[in-house]
Amino acid sequence: MNLSVGMRAAVVSVAIFVAFMLAWHVATQGSGPVAQMDPEYAKLLGLTATQGKSAMPGPLDVGMKLWEHLQQPFYDKGPNDKGVGIQLAYSIARVGLGYLLAVAFAIPIGFLIGMSPLMSRALDPFIQVLKPISPLAWMPLALYTIKDSHLSSIFVIFICSVWPMMINTAFGVAAVRKEWLNVARTLEVGPLRRAFTIILPAAAPTILTGMRISIGIAWLVIVAAEMLVGGTGIGYFVWNEWNNLSITNVITAILLIGLVGMLLDQVLARLTRLVTFPE
Amino acid sequence: MTEKFISIEGITKRFPAPGGGATTVFEDLWLAMRRGEFTCIIGHSGCGKTTVLNVLAGLDVPSEGTVIVDGQAIEGPSIDRAVIFQSHALLPWRSVMGNVVYAVASKWPRWARTDQEEQAQKFIDLVGLTGAEHKRPAELSGGMKQRVGIARALSIEPKIMLMDEPFSALDALTRGTLQDEVRRICMETGQTAFMITHDVDEAIYLADRIVMMSNGPGALFAEIVENPLPKDRKRTDFHKHPLYYGVRNHIIDFLITRSKNFAEEVASRGFDRRQVPVVRPLAPEPVIAADAGRELTSSASRPGLSRPTAAAASPGS
Ligand SMILES: Nc1ncnc2c1ncn2[C@@H]1O[C@H](COP(=O)(O)OP(=O)(O)OP(=O)(O)O)[C@@H](O)[C@H]1O
Ligand SMILES: [Mg+2]
Repeated sequence: MNLSVGMRAAVVSVAIFVAFMLAWHVATQGSGPVAQMDPEYAKLLGLTATQGKSAMPGPLDVGMKLWEHLQQPFYDKGPNDKGVGIQLAYSIARVGLGYLLAVAFAIPIGFLIGMSPLMSRALDPFIQVLKPISPLAWMPLALYTIKDSHLSSIFVIFICSVWPMMINTAFGVAAVRKEWLNVARTLEVGPLRRAFTIILPAAAPTILTGMRISIGIAWLVIVAAEMLVGGTGIGYFVWNEWNNLSITNVITAILLIGLVGMLLDQVLARLTRLVTFPE
Repeated sequence: MTEKFISIEGITKRFPAPGGGATTVFEDLWLAMRRGEFTCIIGHSGCGKTTVLNVLAGLDVPSEGTVIVDGQAIEGPSIDRAVIFQSHALLPWRSVMGNVVYAVASKWPRWARTDQEEQAQKFIDLVGLTGAEHKRPAELSGGMKQRVGIARALSIEPKIMLMDEPFSALDALTRGTLQDEVRRICMETGQTAFMITHDVDEAIYLADRIVMMSNGPGALFAEIVENPLPKDRKRTDFHKHPLYYGVRNHIIDFLITRSKNFAEEVASRGFDRRQVPVVRPLAPEPVIAADAGRELTSSASRPGLSRPTAAAASPGS
């Protein structure tokens, strides 16, 4: 066979996928002992206890559920029954807002740190202490001060996205090659023009790498944050379906969370490629 | 020295040494350059040529001493002093045109974009990069990058050109063409030029005066060779001039033998750093011009007899 590496990799990927699906299907087929009991009681206990059917849904169940959700992603039947599309939209909106706030805050501060050794030293202890704090640890404080669960989760997204962007921006700005700055100096380029025409393009790949790390973290954190505060969002959806014991819905949601996370990452990867320059 | 347009006054540069203390790259250098003069500086790798040029550019601050340009001590870089960097220093995210336009727009920010591009295009054509305007530096060869650097420096029509081995990465043909262009532009615009080179022929073709720098650490301007070739020399036949070999031998002799042991030479005969000896090699033997009165020790340690004794010096001066 003369297939390219890409083609062969695709074949292997498909094979792994099929093998996993088969294993999953077989594993969830299982039929335990069938109990003899009063039909009324059996109905209450559900199929798991009475028919020996596994509580774990098979791939076909999940596939059907997914199809069902995709048919009707945006219905809204009250606070506990919204389409999965609506829930995802809530999560994406929170991530988007918190993330944009973080961009607006982290990049200027990162510039300052990168350009001024004084500020770099002065701010370093704060960053070192604040960075390792789990974003969820801020949640009670946020709920207490902001008094709004929606805004609190946006704040949590903000606080978790800020650090990678700030640190990468500072690093990228500090690492701008001296010869490029010297070009600007010999041409008597003013500070503002230098920031936008030399430092920003030179540091852009590093800054975008930080932004890509941040969007990944933000998407991880939003699910946990929404489980905590409830109400809306894909994290709340997962927790709600767990309380409903609908494992099928939980698995469907997990799948969707993964897909959206991948899309967000791809958008940032595309942007990074746009600003990367070969040397 | 009639008029000092650029005057290097006692500059010293020290860098902190790895194990504490400091290494002195060069010490107490004095040199004056006239307006419109083309000065080349020659010396072994690492003796501090680039550092001198950076001080002249205002990019580097000397540990001691100052540089006076047009009656004023320099305080940082100026757009009137264009620099051609040894490392090209092109902005890799900009195209060839973008790099040159960046310089033009810095000099004439109020010009219309089309005028800026027209000016840039003129110099891109001049260095022979027509058709490569939209290439990024990464897509260019080393020589092409260097030509973009040259175009960028020339495009802002500076008063002083500071060039750090601008032609070193070029093939002989391109180098020749660009040497001609740089020489023509410098002569037409009365440019004052300061150029670092390792190529003795290039120095003889381009320079009015060639400054020879001894080896570091503690390097100094050892001697100034005044170019005796006529000002209207042509690249095609300047090496056939009767005085050519005298100059060339004198410089090569310095680079091969004298630059290493120059400290001994200084110790044995004394040396006034403010009055660097000026030599005007006249065939068949070079003759001291400005330094004629000074007593010189015998030149037994210098094969080829490039420097005459004081007694032989008088006919040339
Ligand atoms: N930032 C620095 N810190 C310490 N030492 C330095 C620094 N920059 C240059 N030097 C030293 O100063 C000396 C002169 O360097 P410079 O670049 O001026 O040499 P050069 O004459 O231009 O050499 P070349 O011909 O190879 O370009 C070298 O020995 C180098 O090691
Ligand atoms: Mg150098």
